[in-house]
Amino acid sequence: MWLFALTRLTSLAISLLVASVVIFLVIEVAPGDPASYMLGLNAQADTLAALRAELGLDVSRPERYVTWITGMLSGDFGLSYTYRTPVSQMIADRLWVSLPLAVYALALAVLIAFPAGLFAAARRGRAGDIGVMASTQLGIALPNFWFAMLLVLVFAIQLRWFSAGGFPGWESLGAGIKALTLPAIALALPQAAILTRVLRSSLLDTLDEDYIRTARAKGLTRRQTLWRHALRNAMIPVLTIIGLQFSFLLAGAIIIEQVFFLPGLGRLIFQSISQRDLIVVESVVMLLVFAVILVNFLVDLAYAAIDPRLRTQR
Amino acid sequence: MRLTLVLGAGLTAAFLGAALLSFLWTPEPVSGVNIAARLHPPDSVNLLGTDHFGRDILSMIMVGARTSLGVAVVAVAVGMGFGVPLGLWAAARAGGWLDEIIMRGNDLIFAFPSLVIAILITAVFGPGAVNAIIAIGIFNIPVFARLTRSGALSLWQRDFILAARVSGKSAPRISIEHILPNLTNLLIVQGTIQFSLGILAEAGLSYVGLGAQPPVPSWGRMLAEAQTMVAIAPHVAIVPGMAIVLMVLGLNLLGDGLRDALDPRLKDRVP
Repeated sequence: MWLFALTRLTSLAISLLVASVVIFLVIEVAPGDPASYMLGLNAQADTLAALRAELGLDVSRPERYVTWITGMLSGDFGLSYTYRTPVSQMIADRLWVSLPLAVYALALAVLIAFPAGLFAAARRGRAGDIGVMASTQLGIALPNFWFAMLLVLVFAIQLRWFSAGGFPGWESLGAGIKALTLPAIALALPQAAILTRVLRSSLLDTLDEDYIRTARAKGLTRRQTLWRHALRNAMIPVLTIIGLQFSFLLAGAIIIEQVFFLPGLGRLIFQSISQRDLIVVESVVMLLVFAVILVNFLVDLAYAAIDPRLRTQR
Repeated sequence: MRLTLVLGAGLTAAFLGAALLSFLWTPEPVSGVNIAARLHPPDSVNLLGTDHFGRDILSMIMVGARTSLGVAVVAVAVGMGFGVPLGLWAAARAGGWLDEIIMRGNDLIFAFPSLVIAILITAVFGPGAVNAIIAIGIFNIPVFARLTRSGALSLWQRDFILAARVSGKSAPRISIEHILPNLTNLLIVQGTIQFSLGILAEAGLSYVGLGAQPPVPSWGRMLAEAQTMVAIAPHVAIVPGMAIVLMVLGLNLLGDGLRDALDPRLKDRVP
């Protein structure tokens, strides 16, 4: 188990290193100099040089990369070009919207997908199964931002149960959760459709295994075999998808945040891009990539916990 | 199931036909602004109503289909064009350092949140259909590379490949003459899936203003423009969304139907 974790940890570190270089280079080739953008067309050469020095733009690229990456490791993401406030603080503020939203959406997706997937698998080929599968086809085809607009139309404009957008902060937990409910549903439903299909097909695969027949032969009911034997063994592909979905939800919230005017990481990225605040863009993207790679690493570890056979493999 | 294939092919053909027809004819010109006729609900003149500029939504959907289908098709072509050769190459050198590099490179692309990178690319290099294609296409590469590699790996173990090797054919020649034709079905099915994902991605990018730029109509931007009017004229938001759902649904059903039809082993299995 330790060896397994160690090899995975090494590949995690390499992935992060390569990812950081790629992100840095993409941002570097971006046309436009942040300093001249900030000072405008009529900037004096010496003012420009002073600002470039202040922003740390006057040193070579490799030096800038090393400064950026060592800073990030110690939690110092640098100063925003536009607001002159620590980037880490800006990200931390926004994370309090994006992270709860992603967790909320994932929880909803799992809560919908597990009963639906189990239901469909237990009724393979019958009307209930066909109904669930048809709904998942529809769910997968749904663009989440459009679904979000429909939710606003029905629940905010017509029924007035929720507000159409904005975020009141976490001073009142109830108000915060309420503001995130429609966005979370919009994000969760298409993901729930995917998860339902994966769970169902994974369950159907395990239900064909010999040990399921053995379990049935020794007298367990269909329901008991499904819960005790099939579900655990069907979890590996399901966990993979859940892991992928969490990172998708964290990053995918970008567009949904636009629909609901939520002050999350997505809006931060868009604002920073339009203001050419590249240091913020760079840091947010790196953070999201880090989150994705970390979640994949944790999913790998979870595999080993579920399936002991994988611990000995490389 | 035959029904999914027919339904999927029908929906796909309808949108494809509408997109092609829009080159020759649309019910009304999409560039004309007619403020007097703005936000009309669907009626006998404008079957799907008009938007905030008084443009005919049906015509906009038809021309928008061109953008959506065009971006998605080229993005799939980019993914296949790079991914399939890489996958074939990796499989032919399975276990070697080249295989390792190609597959680790793929893992890395997978680790990037695709939407974030698409936004980054379009933001850095400017919004527009071409950059949207590149952004979506890049993430199709590892999908096809992985699929091709895993399919090719099992083919390399087969006797007819052994026969080809014994007859003195080189690995690249075997890959092209014997491996690739046997992967066609797999690639077609995955192609339709990536195609539908490309349509969703294009709509998302256009929605946030990073896809095709005005005056080229696109479904995503129609939705973005409709957002502020959803309370007074819901049809402006509902119609483009329905177009996306039906197009994606059609492609997904087509993919499922093709998989069942092309893979005889699945025929007797309960879906």
